[in-house]
Amino acid sequence: MSAAASLPENAGAAAAEAPLLSVSDLTLHIPMPPHVLRAVDGVSFDLRRGETLGLVGESGSGKTLTALMLMRLLEPPLAALPKGRVQFGDTDLMALDEARMSALRGRAISMVFQEPMTSLNPVMTVGRQIAEPLVRHLGLSAREAAARAEEMLRLVQIPDPARVARAYPHLLSGGMRQRVMIAIALACRPAVLVADEPTTALDVTVQAQILELLGELQREMGSAILLITHDLAVIAETAHRVAVMYAGRIVEEAPVAALFAAPRHPYTRGLLASIPKIERVPAPTLPEIPGMVPGAADRPRGCAFMPRCARAVSGCAAEAPPLDPIAPGHRVACWNPANG
Amino acid sequence: MAETLLKVSGLEVHFPIRSAFLRRRIGTVRAVDGVDIEVARGETLALVGESGCGKTTTGKAILRLIDPTRGSIRFDGEEIARHGAARLAPFRRRMQIVFQDPFASLNPRMTVGGILAAPFEIHRIGTPADRPERIAALLRTVGLRPEAARRYPHEFSGGQRQRIGIARALALEPELIIGDEPVSALDVSIQAQVINLMKRLQAERGLAYIMISHNLAVVSHVADRVAVMYLGRVVETAPRETLFFGARHPYTQALLSAVPEPVPGLRRTRQVLQGDVPSPARPPTGCHFHLRCPIAQARCAQEAPAQRIIAPGHAVACHLVAP
Repeated sequence: MSAAASLPENAGAAAAEAPLLSVSDLTLHIPMPPHVLRAVDGVSFDLRRGETLGLVGESGSGKTLTALMLMRLLEPPLAALPKGRVQFGDTDLMALDEARMSALRGRAISMVFQEPMTSLNPVMTVGRQIAEPLVRHLGLSAREAAARAEEMLRLVQIPDPARVARAYPHLLSGGMRQRVMIAIALACRPAVLVADEPTTALDVTVQAQILELLGELQREMGSAILLITHDLAVIAETAHRVAVMYAGRIVEEAPVAALFAAPRHPYTRGLLASIPKIERVPAPTLPEIPGMVPGAADRPRGCAFMPRCARAVSGCAAEAPPLDPIAPGHRVACWNPANG
Repeated sequence: MAETLLKVSGLEVHFPIRSAFLRRRIGTVRAVDGVDIEVARGETLALVGESGCGKTTTGKAILRLIDPTRGSIRFDGEEIARHGAARLAPFRRRMQIVFQDPFASLNPRMTVGGILAAPFEIHRIGTPADRPERIAALLRTVGLRPEAARRYPHEFSGGQRQRIGIARALALEPELIIGDEPVSALDVSIQAQVINLMKRLQAERGLAYIMISHNLAVVSHVADRVAVMYLGRVVETAPRETLFFGARHPYTQALLSAVPEPVPGLRRTRQVLQGDVPSPARPPTGCHFHLRCPIAQARCAQEAPAQRIIAPGHAVACHLVAP
């Protein structure tokens, strides 16, 4: 095997490689007089070839908006508001006009949504929905695209792909629809796949199938995956690195093992402690994080987690802490991080 | 075991499938297809399974929110499966429900005080004069301030709304509360608060719970016993620890192995089930699980297995599980 041919697939070199996608200072401030909703507030991360970065957070943390911004899928009037850079190769996605962005979307970078029924076209057969980007982006003939569509359905382990290709989405179960979504998203072998809660609407046995499938396809195609979820167990089993969001910011980012073994941000700690685990003798009460997430309009000026934080110190109210390195590959935004 | 509060046997709930034209009956969905469960006073029975397994329908039939097609529901010794509205009324006080979506289940046009007063008005309990005090006490019980009574549901977060839903269920001092996915719509950090609240209330008031949930990790924290459903039938019932660490039914085992664990690098040998859950309108013959079962034999396609007791408190419906 020649070195040149094997290089891009070489997962071992991934860490040293330049990032495939580099997000910096992504911001979405929505004016709502007399307030400004700071929905996303300076989010930065890198995504490398062949890796899965898990973006976790609770509702309202800004994780889905982050994804929609980098896909440039926000609708007007929000579409004009995002600020920041999304460097993809030598292109800044944020600076592209819609024509050039839509040439990339679905081909080089594509997205899987949580609710497959609302994101599939109900009046178009499954086969045509997979074939469409192949015709549009790769210039395949209708016949070639139809054959590729069937192949994609086989790849996502749909039984009887020829029959399913002719079916309409409402005839399929939730798990099958999500497989179809994945087939559409991967049809053009994108370098980056953004998956927003891809298994949240599914039953656990089907979730296990879909996660396994995403992992296999990633190993085969070398795509990078940004996996957005609120489910830390899904993250633990599928992500290489994790970024934890709280109130519009990333508060901690680390390799998955480090994050679970030694979380440094008090919010990450609280979140990990509060997940119910299946144990022989469960604790009589689950650890709670007191209080609740502040709304986007009434976030404190300093660290947004401060009102719920047991480790808060005097400086926390004054200024939001920057996301700074605390160990190799491990960043935390906290004025008083817990010990590792 | 403590005194039995609820005993359900042979419960069936069928829904007709009607044609679009002339509304002729063209089939039947056997949503609940022969369920036997028991709940003792003060205990939590979890009813688990995937979408379409009939767990929610079972809960609603027990509360008589939908009519059972067949079978028996005995509450505190009295058969209520065929009671009419009048004879059911006293039992409605004794059994309550907490829904999954606290926003959809609270009337947006009523204040929280109005929502919590309704059970007292409907059941003619107390006097209008003592209601504010009763409502304030309920709100305090679930960890909210009495001032919340003057506000509307939309002014509260999801976790707070679920506390209001719990307060409403507690108003009539029921003996049994059915929680239909009561924490599934909540964020993890809030989920823990609501689980702890429900456990505390149970300890203080001796409540029995039926917890309907698809989240096995949550169930493992609240249940005393667990019943696993698949396509309208209970396939395995066991005490909590036995179910999570000594499950015998192949479906329970597959379900447990599919649950992701919050521990990186812990790649268990996962039994990934093939295919999806079949439609309850066209359930497979014999054992409903046989099409996806890794150990199915010819017999499983023909004959539905009955639940057999293989150890104290542990029943399994599988031809291939020896006691």
